Amino acid sequence: MCAAGVILLVLAACGDSGSATRHINVSGSTSVSPFAEHLAELYQKQHAGKSINVQSLGSSAGIQAAAEGVAEIGMSSRELKTEEAERLEQRIIARDGLAIIVHPNNPIQNLTQAQVQNLFSGNIANWKDVGGNDHRITLVVREAGSGTFSAFEELMMKGIPNAPSALRQGSNGAIRQVVAEDPNAIGYISIGIVDKTVKALSIDGAQPSIENVRNDTYRFARNFLFVWPKGKQLNPLAQDYVDYVMSDEGQDELERLGLVRVK
Amino acid sequence: MKERIIGLVLAITALAALLALALITFFIFQAGLPLIAKVGLPGFLFNTTWNPTAKEPSFGILPMIVGSLWVTLGAMVIGVPLGLAVTIFLVDLAPERVSAFMRPAVQLLAGIPSVVYGFIGLTLLAPLVRNTLGGPGLSVLTGAIVLGIMILPTIISISEDAIRSVPPALRQGALALGATRWQVIKDIVIPAARSGIIASIVLGMGRALGETMAVIMMIGNSLQLPTSVLDSATTLTSNIGLEMAYASGAHRQALFATGIVLFIIIMVLNGTTTALVRRGLVRR
Repeated sequence: MCAAGVILLVLAACGDSGSATRHINVSGSTSVSPFAEHLAELYQKQHAGKSINVQSLGSSAGIQAAAEGVAEIGMSSRELKTEEAERLEQRIIARDGLAIIVHPNNPIQNLTQAQVQNLFSGNIANWKDVGGNDHRITLVVREAGSGTFSAFEELMMKGIPNAPSALRQGSNGAIRQVVAEDPNAIGYISIGIVDKTVKALSIDGAQPSIENVRNDTYRFARNFLFVWPKGKQLNPLAQDYVDYVMSDEGQDELERLGLVRVK
Repeated sequence: MKERIIGLVLAITALAALLALALITFFIFQAGLPLIAKVGLPGFLFNTTWNPTAKEPSFGILPMIVGSLWVTLGAMVIGVPLGLAVTIFLVDLAPERVSAFMRPAVQLLAGIPSVVYGFIGLTLLAPLVRNTLGGPGLSVLTGAIVLGIMILPTIISISEDAIRSVPPALRQGALALGATRWQVIKDIVIPAARSGIIASIVLGMGRALGETMAVIMMIGNSLQLPTSVLDSATTLTSNIGLEMAYASGAHRQALFATGIVLFIIIMVLNGTTTALVRRGLVRR
């Protein structure tokens, strides 16, 4: 009896949405994907019968997919190049700050951007050269190809390569763990996942916090973008999903996950 | 009739294994060779800079080749003497009650997932190495110690079989001539079981060389040429494991090309063992 009722309800729901779009692809940046995926799951829970397929391919691949119409929406964690911006509509869905972290017992509180560059390029190898204790510095970075790696290279290092002696870890969480255990370590992670096990340094006097990213006091942040072809109407489901991400509920959720809201 | 059908089924199954090997070989080479062709074999193998996503990318895997050699060698230095000592103890010296307990315990080591070994190395051994010996803790030494333990079951079970299959008459003869137990083990049993022991060592080496997950967690994955066992390093496998998720284009090809190098090293290793074992058998 009860089961029959459920079946009827499901059939009704399917029949209802039969005419509208039921499936879209959202593809691109590996940094944006987990957040887009999470919001897609919430959206699908509220809208039975709709499916949003989030593919994690990297920013460039996502931008290309959106431009060619392979995906309805592309995700990017880097700024669009001029020729891409001419062809694509872009919407900033959130911002992500990069924090430089050290062990909680490290006496250092602040570094300049130039000092950070000298540290990670290996020009400075001892903490005493930036006002700390006389200890060798252990660098901890992400592997080539990850969004966090390229954001750090662009925003902080301005293309200066990392020292080859830097330890490489496969995730923000792994960097945090290594830095939390090694008193001489320095690394970088998203502001959203900084916790008490590590200490986030201020850079050029600006504390890395969600407020400071929002009011541009802390400059080391990147935009997370949704893109789609210019002059093309998004289909109803894609439009509804974008609206959901930009809604108070969607933005609250992104903020809860550690991103900086844009609305 | 039934015999022939069963024979046929078994033959097809055996071919499936061969086919899988052929397909894997084909796809690794197809995906990786274009990059080696582009940067040149010497440039790929002997360049020390790995920066696959830079504006002017560089695809040198020498640090990883050296890292793999150091870590594997370190694992052998720790695992082989330990493994052989345990084997000799199990076969020749341990009372039945003790070996009945130890043998399954050693086999249990093989059942522990590598991520658990990695976790123990990361959380227990790395801080210990950092605090007592210095360096970043995530190092060649940390990786080698844990890998040395991980290869014990392989070395012990295969060399134990080899030592057990030495004919009892050899031992009894030596003992009858007045040799001590240690002399029997050293001069009769081990030489007689030589080919099996070598096989166990090489299989252990293959295991150490191929391990990925635990190594990623323990050796820090830095791209330098290690100059001390306390330095961090990257191995061929750990770099593939670390970077494959985000790699595209030439970067992805370079990781497959790394796989080709690994493939060839393993082939050479297996070929050498087979040759060694065969020669050992012939000479005796």
